[in-house]
Amino acid sequence: MLTPEMDALLSEYFPVLLFLVIATVLGLVLMVVPLVLTEAKPDPEKNSAYECGFGAFDDARTRFDVRFYLVAILFIIFDLEVAFLFPWAVALGDIGIFGFWSMMVFLGILTIGFIYEWKKGALEWE
Amino acid sequence: MMVATTAFYVFAAITIAAAFMVIAARNPVHSVLYLILAFFNAAALFVLIGAEFLAMILVIVYVGAVAVLFMFVVMMLDINFTELREGVLQYLPIGALVGVILVVEVLLVVGGIAVGPLSPDVAAAPAPMSSDVENTRALGQLLYTQYIYFFQIAGLILLVAMIGAIVLTLRQREGVRKQSIAAQNARTREDAVELVDIKPGSGI
Amino acid sequence: MMTTMPDLSPLYAELFLAGAALVLLMLGVFRGEQSARSISGFAVIALIATAGLVLAGGGETVTTFGGSFISDQFAVYMKVVSLLGAAMILVISGPYMQAEKMDRFEYPVLILLATLGMCLMISANDLIALYMGLELQSLALYVIAAFKRNSQRSTEAGLKYFVLGALSSGMYLYGASMLYGFTGSVGFEGIAQSAAAAEVSGGVVIGLVFVAAALAFKISAVPFHMWTPDVYEGAPTPVTAFFAAAPKAAGVALVVRVMIDAFGTMGPQWQQIMIVVSILSMALGAFAAIGQTNIKRLMAYSSIGHMGYALVGLAAGTVEGITGVLVYMAIYVVMNGGVWVCILSMRRAEGMVENIDDLAGLAKNNPTMAFALAVLMFSLAGIPPMAGFFGKFYVFMAAVDAGLITLAVIGLVTSVVGAFYYIRIVKVIYMDEPAAAFDAPASGGMRVVLLGSTAFTILFVVAPSSLVEVAGKAAASLF
Repeated sequence: MLTPEMDALLSEYFPVLLFLVIATVLGLVLMVVPLVLTEAKPDPEKNSAYECGFGAFDDARTRFDVRFYLVAILFIIFDLEVAFLFPWAVALGDIGIFGFWSMMVFLGILTIGFIYEWKKGALEWE
Repeated sequence: MMVATTAFYVFAAITIAAAFMVIAARNPVHSVLYLILAFFNAAALFVLIGAEFLAMILVIVYVGAVAVLFMFVVMMLDINFTELREGVLQYLPIGALVGVILVVEVLLVVGGIAVGPLSPDVAAAPAPMSSDVENTRALGQLLYTQYIYFFQIAGLILLVAMIGAIVLTLRQREGVRKQSIAAQNARTREDAVELVDIKPGSGI
Repeated sequence: MMTTMPDLSPLYAELFLAGAALVLLMLGVFRGEQSARSISGFAVIALIATAGLVLAGGGETVTTFGGSFISDQFAVYMKVVSLLGAAMILVISGPYMQAEKMDRFEYPVLILLATLGMCLMISANDLIALYMGLELQSLALYVIAAFKRNSQRSTEAGLKYFVLGALSSGMYLYGASMLYGFTGSVGFEGIAQSAAAAEVSGGVVIGLVFVAAALAFKISAVPFHMWTPDVYEGAPTPVTAFFAAAPKAAGVALVVRVMIDAFGTMGPQWQQIMIVVSILSMALGAFAAIGQTNIKRLMAYSSIGHMGYALVGLAAGTVEGITGVLVYMAIYVVMNGGVWVCILSMRRAEGMVENIDDLAGLAKNNPTMAFALAVLMFSLAGIPPMAGFFGKFYVFMAAVDAGLITLAVIGLVTSVVGAFYYIRIVKVIYMDEPAAAFDAPASGGMRVVLLGSTAFTILFVVAPSSLVEVAGKAAASLF
């Protein structure tokens, strides 16, 4: 099922797997041990949110402004653009000048988008 | 070998469980967190089949950006958490029933067709999994030259997404005093400070 | 690995259109919001120039980018129809956009990008190119559907369209992955070879069904039409007009190319689908429209019905059938332009009105427009000697020749039912108690479009063969 190359590849990831296992176990231990060892005497005042002397006015969950969304979506777009850069950078030696200009055109299109954003003031927070 | 198989089952099980929790969690914020867990485990599954680049992209793009966007959207909605807590899974039995009926029907129909073997071309040409070209490089060798057409259209699609996001959400607010860095820097002592000589005893 | 530049000559027109969109975007953002009108004008010129370039490119069949992009007579014909349809809608949307304070320069730019997506779709010769073109077009359309962002209806329309559109894209991708898995190719030729070589495996059929369902969604054919009335009603009127024209033409072109080029040997499999979809669309278009009072909703059902008629020609699966489809789409796009000019003129002091009853008395207040609208309605109903009759005539003839007599008869019956509501509008215009007149008449551009559309509709009978010959050549290039 697994080819020898695949096996070699996966063995490179073995430390990562080990790391994950240790992290999970350690995390679980740190969660479970306090449950067992601590002394819990809850009372309403202890459990309520602490807000410097007075009772909480309202829910901490307020609506976010739609501007956060704009920032996030613009971030995703440039994130994707960067994702395209990784294989290009790795393979640039093989794909030659044509591959180089191919990416330049792509970046050019997105730079036009970037200029548009900038001029529109979408990057300003007011 | 054994380790890889065990890891596969662990990651697959966590992926499915997390995916189930995405739809079952009562709090949408928790749903998004489960979604991130599912993404991470899916990335691990990609690593297991040797698709390292996809795994990294899944973490960078989906966990790093898409999940954040989802979180913003969840926070942007005016969700009444007390209402959400009531009867979330009460439609599950009906939904499950409908699902089971659907699956049975599909199996009855598709079972009659006999899906048939893969085309001989495919069987003859398995995807090459070369050990000396790692898959990020293999992708790079094709994407920007062989598939330049799709690559450039992808650029245009991203451009449309940018225009769309700005057209639909950017509002010019009235009466907002924006910082103008150029104006700040251009300000000199002369036009900012006025020296007035006041005689003793008189006001301005 | 390919390290040299592929041949770009087949897609000069598309490159020009993309360049024009980018230049206009920059021009708009640097000159500010007041430039919207001039940008719109430049966009119209760019669309017409692109159509010119497409025509100048000639019609030999050439492929480039490793067979992903194909240019042939069929592509030239459908691209010209889509480009001119888009230009026409851009011309008539100006006054509405200004009156509603929506004249932002992004609108023409998005229309250009959507139209570019259509051209790429029409020229797509493999599943990936098709998907990329489709997404480019759809994404721009989602945005302009929600363009009136202070209106709840418009944003709702955009959201509905987006969610359902994303669903159909998902179905398409699922079908495409099945096709790739079972045929080993994403190119249409490769799929066709694989389907012809061996007996058709079930996996290919499943893939075909998913792809057909997704494409039926894009052209709003029943049973994938649910989004259409809501989106048409909610979107700003010029956007609705655009939806009804160019994307429909491009979508039908796409369906035709996929079915004939990729699945040519699987005729029996997809013809069934097309026959069912076509019958359902014609019937729903005819019956559901009867009860409508909102003219935009009525036009939505009307467009569903028209897609059904166009698919009759595809169901025939012959050169004559495809010729019928091509003629039908060209006539449909032109007729629509005129009808939407009239709908966009339905403005009173209090704003746009959209009810059919508001048209009452148009004959008295504006006899010219009343006459034009009546002609167009007769044409949409398919009453001779208007152009719409010929569109139906060619597809039904092809269906009869291909032995699909039942389909043709059902088409005739639904045409008669459909004629009822088109003629009801004519009755409202000419016989009902006059309502208040509409505001200042249409702009120059709108008048030109209305005049051209009406003249085409009336005069088509003089020389139908000229269009039919061109369409025949275009259809023949597919086989």
